[in-house]
Amino acid sequence: MSRLDIHKTYKLYIGGKFPRTESGRYYAVNDNKGKLIANMCLATRKDFRNAVVIARKAQNSWANTTALNKGQILYRIAEMLEGRKEQFIAELIVQGETKITAQKEIEAAIDRLVYYAGWSDKYQQLFSTVNPVSSNHFNFSSLEPVGIISIIAPEKQGLLGLVSMIAPAIVGGNTIIVLASESKPLSAISFAEVLNSSDVPGGVVNILTGKKEELISHMASHMDVNTIVYCGKDEKDMKTISELASNNVKRVIFYKKTNWDSDESQSPYFIEKTQEVKTTWHPTQV
Amino acid sequence: MHKVKNKDVFKVSWTYDKAPESTDHIQIKKQYDLYIDGKFTKPIKGKYFDTINPSDNKKITSVAEASDKDVDKAVKAARKAFKSWSALTGKERGKYIFRIARLIQERAREFAVIESLDGGKPIRESRDIDIPLAANHFFYYAGWADKLTYAFPNRNPKPLGVVGQIIPWNFPLLMASWKIAPALATGNTVVLKPAETTPLTALKLAEIIHESGIPKGVVNIITGAGETGAAIVNHPDIDKIAFTGSTGVGKYILNATAGTHKKLTLELGGKGANIIFEDAAIDQAVEGIVNAIFFNQGHVCCAGSRLFVQESVADLVIKKLKDRMKRLIIGDPLDKNTDIGAINSKKQLQTIEKYIKIGINEGSEIYQPKCKLPKHGNWCAPTLFLNVSQSHRIVQEEIFGPVLTVQTFRTIDEVIEKANNTPYGLSAGVWTDKGSKIFHLTQKLDAGIVWANTFNKFDPTSPFGGYKESGFGREGGLHGLKPYVKFE
Repeated sequence: MSRLDIHKTYKLYIGGKFPRTESGRYYAVNDNKGKLIANMCLATRKDFRNAVVIARKAQNSWANTTALNKGQILYRIAEMLEGRKEQFIAELIVQGETKITAQKEIEAAIDRLVYYAGWSDKYQQLFSTVNPVSSNHFNFSSLEPVGIISIIAPEKQGLLGLVSMIAPAIVGGNTIIVLASESKPLSAISFAEVLNSSDVPGGVVNILTGKKEELISHMASHMDVNTIVYCGKDEKDMKTISELASNNVKRVIFYKKTNWDSDESQSPYFIEKTQEVKTTWHPTQV
Repeated sequence: MHKVKNKDVFKVSWTYDKAPESTDHIQIKKQYDLYIDGKFTKPIKGKYFDTINPSDNKKITSVAEASDKDVDKAVKAARKAFKSWSALTGKERGKYIFRIARLIQERAREFAVIESLDGGKPIRESRDIDIPLAANHFFYYAGWADKLTYAFPNRNPKPLGVVGQIIPWNFPLLMASWKIAPALATGNTVVLKPAETTPLTALKLAEIIHESGIPKGVVNIITGAGETGAAIVNHPDIDKIAFTGSTGVGKYILNATAGTHKKLTLELGGKGANIIFEDAAIDQAVEGIVNAIFFNQGHVCCAGSRLFVQESVADLVIKKLKDRMKRLIIGDPLDKNTDIGAINSKKQLQTIEKYIKIGINEGSEIYQPKCKLPKHGNWCAPTLFLNVSQSHRIVQEEIFGPVLTVQTFRTIDEVIEKANNTPYGLSAGVWTDKGSKIFHLTQKLDAGIVWANTFNKFDPTSPFGGYKESGFGREGGLHGLKPYVKFE
């Protein structure tokens, strides 16, 4: 007698826990033959707002985690992901990838985490300055995380796109709420399981699944979100985001690229974009 | 002979003699036109407006009002000039900018006097701060023009194109230099609009820029009010808007440019916290408080307008502060002894007076030293509000005048929370003799500039700009190049 498979229930990832959406709603994700892959949570404005509250609570201590430690945690995520490679490949294949492209995507995602793990204690040195002011003051400019970032992840590469957004944002000390790819959301929630077992404190990364058209306006307008990152090309979405983001002068970042494979898809400039520059003055004359 | 009895000697009130700066050497034309495409040209609609001396409300001269057609003309000139200007080597571009710096230095005193005439700020400030800083800003960025690749490791910076720049009335020439210098160094061309109440030094700068021999159309300076600014913001062929001004207008610009390709730098309002700990050098801190809020009549976006004093020294600090305020000299901006000059415009004076009323109605205790204000012109005595709380409007909203609110605190955590409890995030000040406390505070305060044991210091090498609703992008220093380049 053959054994019946156990199917995974995909839920949201908020505050280090896997809750269902408060609304109980779901949407079906099908493969290209129209066969049901999974029922995903259709996250709501309330789920998003809850995630923001939790991200805000987590932000200060995450920002104060030492650079060395943050780097090690990112490396730990890579280790965990490496160990679960096969699962991710299978999931990517279900979502329409070939074996070869699936393998390429997971490996690029792992390498990307290692790449940013290495930047953890270096990007500050690259972008900070000591400023030779013409008065008796010691003056320096250093980077600080913007705080909370809401991210609309790339649609096409459900795993690599997501990781390419998460890694530079959190290595810079920010806490985030990510909306996963609408059509390829499975790896996002499986990635949440990896995060949850990688010493990433709860609340640092929060992942929602759902509809862009429902959530974008809330992600752009929330008064306690400091930055919004949008991956995509929809002109209407971008206009809406810019308009709504103006209410608290939110920083707005658009990434129009769809392919996150290449080495140009990673750089310390992705980290720098999620940072503020703080300049400090102190007299030197006694 | 007049005899003063010995015991009365110290009762005599010592006053300063008048020490006015001479205005003989300055040249102001009867009428100013728009500087477009290397020529001073009449506005298409032929409209002019008066610019007023705020210390006596008399007309100084009249200035052209640019309509949207003039804006279009300026943008076209800048677009035309962009091709060859951006293709010029950085070395040659830099030399023009060095020339501008030198020309400002040569005519520094003339600029200082006109700045004080047109804007009301004390000559001591325009002479020692505004004008030298403006010249130095050009000098600093001139040197960057041929070194840009060093500023962006692994990247190839390219200019954006035509930049529209809109500046405020509080530091007219300095803000013009903050905007123009980095834009030119990076190879952009410029359409700049000074504020309607303080257009003169920007127009004098246009003369200097003309003298520098810079190719026509690279810098265009046009005058006007809000409508002219809106025409710049909404012009479809502008690649970037750099704006310094209120958060309200900043939000308008964000909305107006949404869905366009325009890049933005916004340097907006502030409500800076100035924090005095019990272990601070109190006399120095009191000087710091005065400089933080009364510098430039408080018309400073990064002013330390919210004072936080640790409870144990509050009585002492407030007493010393009141004593110091009694000795501030308010009056003729051109007098070298003046500490506080004229409020920039009637409109701004009304805003400040409105807030003073609000403060009184909210139940706060007001203190103003007894001082004789001149009869004509726009004047406001330095003002303290005691017994205020976080929810008071005078604590929450930017007043942009010589009005300081005073709160007390007991613990570090308490003052950090209070200081950060504002939508703004431009500046903050910390006064203590303990190093670890300084660094703890400077790290925890949400502000783009933190002054420790000092306040309101500026330098071309030092990046300036805000967190949160105080805007984004930096001006000054290496970081100030970035808003004017794109990468390929």
